[in-house]
Amino acid sequence: MDKHVGTDRVKRGMAEMQKGGVIMDVVNAEQAKIAEEAGAVAVMALERVPSDIRAAGGVARMADPSIVEEVQNAVSIPVMAKARIGHIVEARILEALGVDYIDESEVLTPADEVFHLNKRDYTVPFVCGARNLGEATRRIAEGASMLRTKGEPGTGNIVEAVRHQRLMQGQINKIISMSEDELMTEAKNLGAPYETLLDIKRNGRLPVVNFAAGGIATPADAALMMQLGSDGVFVGSGIFKSENPAKFAKAIVEATTHYEDYALIAKLSKNLGPAMKGIEISSIEQKDRMQERGW
Amino acid sequence: MINIGVLALQGAVREHVKALQAPDVQVTVVKKVEQLHDIDGLVFPGGESTTMRRLINLYGFYEPLKAFAEKNRPIFGTCAGAILMANEIVGQMEPHLSVMDMTVERNAFGRQRESFEANLAMDQIGEDVEAVFIRAPIINKVGPSVNVLASYDGDIVAAQQGPFLACSFHPELTDDHRMHQFFVKMVREQAIHA
Repeated sequence: MDKHVGTDRVKRGMAEMQKGGVIMDVVNAEQAKIAEEAGAVAVMALERVPSDIRAAGGVARMADPSIVEEVQNAVSIPVMAKARIGHIVEARILEALGVDYIDESEVLTPADEVFHLNKRDYTVPFVCGARNLGEATRRIAEGASMLRTKGEPGTGNIVEAVRHQRLMQGQINKIISMSEDELMTEAKNLGAPYETLLDIKRNGRLPVVNFAAGGIATPADAALMMQLGSDGVFVGSGIFKSENPAKFAKAIVEATTHYEDYALIAKLSKNLGPAMKGIEISSIEQKDRMQERGW
Repeated sequence: MINIGVLALQGAVREHVKALQAPDVQVTVVKKVEQLHDIDGLVFPGGESTTMRRLINLYGFYEPLKAFAEKNRPIFGTCAGAILMANEIVGQMEPHLSVMDMTVERNAFGRQRESFEANLAMDQIGEDVEAVFIRAPIINKVGPSVNVLASYDGDIVAAQQGPFLACSFHPELTDDHRMHQFFVKMVREQAIHA
């Protein structure tokens, strides 16, 4: 009975169990409990939600380990945490803390402007953001066990997440319908590892689950992303920046499960109070767009 | 032809649908209560048990699922699914559906970094069954009418009680479908008697 930890099946399988669910950003034990009570499949423990990171400016780093521990002690669902892109030591610290998943995240200020983490080296699984199939497959080849759209975090504006999901889905469909002799040139054009594209072509889908993230602010937004083929959703600032987080969180969970039941989504969208205010993307200068981080 | 449902509120549904494929098996993705009338057996997939339970309540699945079990229709739960079936959960006041006489302990092997895969010797199923354990529960204790099918390191990880089958790992994440074939056989036999 040989025991193997940290295998692809174990790391990717963990994300498979999250499918159809909502992962919520939380900054303390109280919010974590509200998220769990609402039916979140996991929580992301942070020092600040993305909209506050955006407002505060400066360098955004891994959360204080005491916040991560506080959240771990508060809930029985999995706890995720964010490390800076390329920050080997932050990732190792989070692994040592026993977080269930690490997000190598563009929401934090990158630590390395050339290299992402070699995520195969770790026992803990990683989720990474992607805007297109090139980014997605590079992250998979580096060892990411789960993907999410980048969207534009902390804006409450769904347009970028939709753009990334549509683009990636279109690129996947193209790979599937290509003949194998066309794949190498497509790999070159996308900057994608050939073997990963071959895997996608043969299996007809990405080898890891792909969630939506970056700008989801309402139950209808969550349902939209599910309809566009996301496996689940991350909600960052949307919940705890709304007026009634508990009610809002429940509504987003329900809308994600029953994303095609429009009468239900209509019902649960009633009297939720104002969603977060949101930011028009064109008003954010290129250099301030988090989605441009990562390579 | 038998019809087996996979409860699709949250979790790894697609993998079970694939693992159940057989020439004389129709697989139904169950999202609505009415669909329970059309199926001969049901799978509770892996996922987050607390999340699934909330959705079971929310969509009025609780009583219909209890009734399904009381009619002795076969149920197969993996990981979170096994937690839903237990009649006692360590550290929790109330069990969920309470269809099997067993006590489970959630996340008993630890956190995700302790998750692992191993080959298991399983009674009636095989000597080297591939098992993927993800934040897995263990079965601490079983009642007299429950058959233990497999243990890992002294802990019970698979059990059967009449038409009910539970395991703490994820056979659906592997290409080793022997546990699913075993369940299909259970459903087929029960369908003949019904």
